[in-house]
Amino acid sequence: MKTELKQILKQVSGIDDIPSGAYNFRINGISELHNNSENTEIVKKLDRSGIDVVVKANTKGELIHIPTLIDESGLDDLVYNDFFIGENSEVHILAGCGIHNDGLHATQHSGIHTFYVGKNAKVKYEEKHYGQGVGTGNKIISPQTIIHLAEGSTLEIDSAQIEGVDFTKRLTKATIGDNASLITKEVILTTGNQTAYTDFRIDLDGENSSASIVSRSVAKGQSKQFFYSVINGNNKCQGHSACDAIIMDYATVKAVPDVTANHVDAQLIHEAAIGKIAGEQIIKLMSLGLNYEEAEQEIVAAFLR
Amino acid sequence: MLEIKNLSFQVENDTTEEKEILDNINLSISSGSFVAITGPNGSGKSTLAKMIMGIEKPTEGQIIFEGKDITNASIDERAKAGIGFSFQQPVHFKGMKVIDLLSLAAGHKLGVEEACSFLSQVGLCAINYIYRELDNSLSGGELKRIEIAMLVARNVNLYIFDEPEAGIDLWSFQNLIQVFKNLIAKNNGIVIVISHQERILEIADRVIVIEEGRIVQDGRSEEIIPHLMFGIDSCHFYGRRVNF
Repeated sequence: MKTELKQILKQVSGIDDIPSGAYNFRINGISELHNNSENTEIVKKLDRSGIDVVVKANTKGELIHIPTLIDESGLDDLVYNDFFIGENSEVHILAGCGIHNDGLHATQHSGIHTFYVGKNAKVKYEEKHYGQGVGTGNKIISPQTIIHLAEGSTLEIDSAQIEGVDFTKRLTKATIGDNASLITKEVILTTGNQTAYTDFRIDLDGENSSASIVSRSVAKGQSKQFFYSVINGNNKCQGHSACDAIIMDYATVKAVPDVTANHVDAQLIHEAAIGKIAGEQIIKLMSLGLNYEEAEQEIVAAFLR
Repeated sequence: MLEIKNLSFQVENDTTEEKEILDNINLSISSGSFVAITGPNGSGKSTLAKMIMGIEKPTEGQIIFEGKDITNASIDERAKAGIGFSFQQPVHFKGMKVIDLLSLAAGHKLGVEEACSFLSQVGLCAINYIYRELDNSLSGGELKRIEIAMLVARNVNLYIFDEPEAGIDLWSFQNLIQVFKNLIAKNNGIVIVISHQERILEIADRVIVIEEGRIVQDGRSEEIIPHLMFGIDSCHFYGRRVNF
């Protein structure tokens, strides 16, 4: 693997090389490396670009890597990945997309991921997005995540856009069944002229279903962020969305939380807070010996952790 | 040695009249001493403490610490010169864990055992706290103790505590007094405590009383306290009648 690809693999997956277990490495729009495990089968789609990840029922403790790596400037990569998680399984999926762009052309990855999480299954899904390279071409990552949670299942999503992504438009749609839970934590950092849209549309259809949508973001420079969250409580359920943003320099942050109760036992909460770094936080850290810039860096890094 | 010379601080109020918050304060505090500063609310005690840390800048006067004029030094320069400050109102940090802040205070990455030792000194069952975030999930009393532990973790020569007793229960209070004694012993340093608490005033070597921005009493605690406490009731403060 080329050095640049290894660099971005490390950033998005935390690994230096090919892991053990089930994996699929999508490199420059092609599924180049893949491996099945005893309980997880990864199948290339025949009708369009993408894979099916099929996890057998009762699988426990499986770690699946599906990184996407791009260093071909100008590539517009669209992929459909479907996840079929068997009943009672407990799996950890490490996804993520890294773009290295040294060229003049925009490089784009759009991953459309659909989850079918079986009864009582538990899934943790981690997704990091990262861009690097000295070219002037934009790095664009726009994922769509469509989620179907069966009775008693849980999906925990940790997503992070850590650096270098010029434009993103993220859409997460979920229908949540009886006693099922969706927990998402999103972290976004934008700088320069970057723009990030993030959009959640959650239907709490099941009895005792729940959703927690937490977004923490920092907008620097002249960047723009837009956070939309729609939660519909259609049954006895609990829904919570929280958007917490630090705004710096000349940035713009918009947060539009939207909750609708269609059932008398739906309990829905939304919170949105946008503000600059509190002066007292800077003063406290300076009183520990950090200068202004160091204090600001510590506060931002911790907020996005 | 901390020397404060002719220190004054004025602010403009709504009618653009200048209000004197501190008026010609002169103080000299030698190493190895434990000084309590007390006085009515709004008398200027906290402002004086903030001036020593560099959080507020004086209108006039000088602050000299260990022979160097630090009047114009920034907060972090004073911190590096050996001054530490425990805030009256602890600050919240989303995402920052207790161990992270203790590490910043200590100046190096702390292991679990070392971090726990600082928290134990302020009466917290340490292992339950080191990975907690400093946010609304902690009570005011817990945040206050962590704030004190941060100053304990620093290795400085001048420790300033602004009303450390708030939110501290009886059991921890004994620990707190021991903390002050240990800090003085550690570097033959100076501990300055802004406090209304009689028991803190009692154990201090020296008590300074500030009223309306001026030092009105300054002496050994056994000389000052009898005058402070005499005749206090619900309508008196330091012997002065309050009109409701």
